[in-house]
Amino acid sequence: MSALTFTLKHRPDQRVDLSPLVPHLLEGLESTQIAALQLQAGKRKARVDELFTISGSDTQAIVIKNSVAKLDFIGKELQDGSIKVEGDAGAYLGFGIKSGEIIVDGNVGLYAGCEMKKGFIKINGNAGDFLGGALPGNKMGMKGGIILVKGNVGERAGDHMRRGNILIEGNAGDYCGSRMTAGTIAVMGQTGRFLGYAMRRGTLLLWNQPQLSASFNDCGAHTLAFLPILFASFRKLNSKFADTSIAFNRVQRYAGDMSEIGRGEVLVKLG
Amino acid sequence: MIINGVTIDATFAEAFPMKATRAIITAQNEKWAMISAQAMTGFATSVIACGCEAGIERVLDPSETPDGRPGVSIMIFAMGGKGLAKQLETRAGQCVLTSPTSALFAGIDGGTRIALGKNLRYFGDGFQASKLIDGKRYWRIPVMDGEFLAEATTGQVEAVGGGNFLVLAESQPQALAACEAAIEEMRKIPNVIMPFPGGVVRSGSKVGSKYKSLGASTNDAFCPTLKGATKTDLSPEIESVMEIVIDGLTKEDIDKAMRVGIQAVCDLGAANGIKRISAGNYGGKLGPFHFHLQEIMA
Repeated sequence: MSALTFTLKHRPDQRVDLSPLVPHLLEGLESTQIAALQLQAGKRKARVDELFTISGSDTQAIVIKNSVAKLDFIGKELQDGSIKVEGDAGAYLGFGIKSGEIIVDGNVGLYAGCEMKKGFIKINGNAGDFLGGALPGNKMGMKGGIILVKGNVGERAGDHMRRGNILIEGNAGDYCGSRMTAGTIAVMGQTGRFLGYAMRRGTLLLWNQPQLSASFNDCGAHTLAFLPILFASFRKLNSKFADTSIAFNRVQRYAGDMSEIGRGEVLVKLG
Repeated sequence: MIINGVTIDATFAEAFPMKATRAIITAQNEKWAMISAQAMTGFATSVIACGCEAGIERVLDPSETPDGRPGVSIMIFAMGGKGLAKQLETRAGQCVLTSPTSALFAGIDGGTRIALGKNLRYFGDGFQASKLIDGKRYWRIPVMDGEFLAEATTGQVEAVGGGNFLVLAESQPQALAACEAAIEEMRKIPNVIMPFPGGVVRSGSKVGSKYKSLGASTNDAFCPTLKGATKTDLSPEIESVMEIVIDGLTKEDIDKAMRVGIQAVCDLGAANGIKRISAGNYGGKLGPFHFHLQEIMA
């Protein structure tokens, strides 16, 4: 059984909500039924076969070909199975994902992994602002799972993050880890201004010395026992994070944000 | 049955159901992991008065431990789950949390989850932090030498306690030498501990006592100094008897440990003063697990 493949026929004029195209909603449907599903495209509805050529039948493995940044809500509340995006993805990729995995070849827009609960999202390109964050007004961002970004991420990555891991091979924009409640964000590249702004708990694990706000206090150099276990958990990933040579357990520890409860930490690689 | 001049009695050891858990202690080096493990398994020879039976299962190579440091695997056995959880927590708090450079991890993934570092975290006075890694929660507790890392829970499983055999020898040094040889071999078997000092007990007990307040008392039938004063189970040439008690996760684990232990004793044989192997048999009053010596050695 080959993967259920949606090949975009042409770049849509309006943004398209792809949330109906997830394994648990397509399971048991004939290809004619899938073709007849209605997608919100701007202010009008469009049939799936108006926008996509459909092939394959395995609803547990979905492929979206020729994808562009106007396709939003890909993999919304995914419960199982996998979605592969060949090309770019729009906003809210993997919104509220509960399990399974989403892999994107290109770049993704705002709010990827927003309020994610579990599962795995891999972005081979760059990600927009509010990666793994909470919807505006909500208090809880990502609650579990792993988001791996091979490229750079925008501002406010992990905003209101509660649990889970965000792994960034590239750079992170301003306000990385803002308002974090817990969880881990690891950044191999550079980080922007206002790192960990108003974070309560959680860990920002960095390879490069950041520009820290005055509300982060230096706690000195330490060897931390949990780091080898954390790095060991990354070994299954197809990523630089899986490389044993990049692992370390010796860090400079900064506690903050002291303008909040100050139980968070920024750990910067030493040596 | 006679092996190398040693008579294997046609009797059986009786054992009883227990609850067990395992924990892994790591440290900067094996020396400090062992110190912590010895402290944690101290005063835990018998449930009669210690609340649990505990022992060191084996030394772990850094490649076998969660944090890649040298480690020691310890096991604790108790009569009930509540008692086991209490003993585990108290011992972890007083003997591992306090021990320099130590970290504490679960040694059993399945089973009923019982607290390991889950409540020790409050020692952190609000500065503690948790990390959920691959589905396992770890607590990082700030302490004066750095950070104490403890997995939140470990597994509690059904187990068997009180497997045993007796070594009957012509002299005390010969009985002890045979037991030492047995223990050396038995320590190579996984999933078992021999909780008594050095693995050997010289004060085997019988059920009951003439004193109402005591539930157990000296096994007079096997006391050599009472050969003429009680209904003895010893022949005239026996001058010393020692016992090895085994707790294991399953009956099969204890079977294996008894087999290698008895074999090691028999390898010394009658030429080294070993005359008989017997077992603590209390007529079925003690427990449902029966280890027939001759079947084990067949």
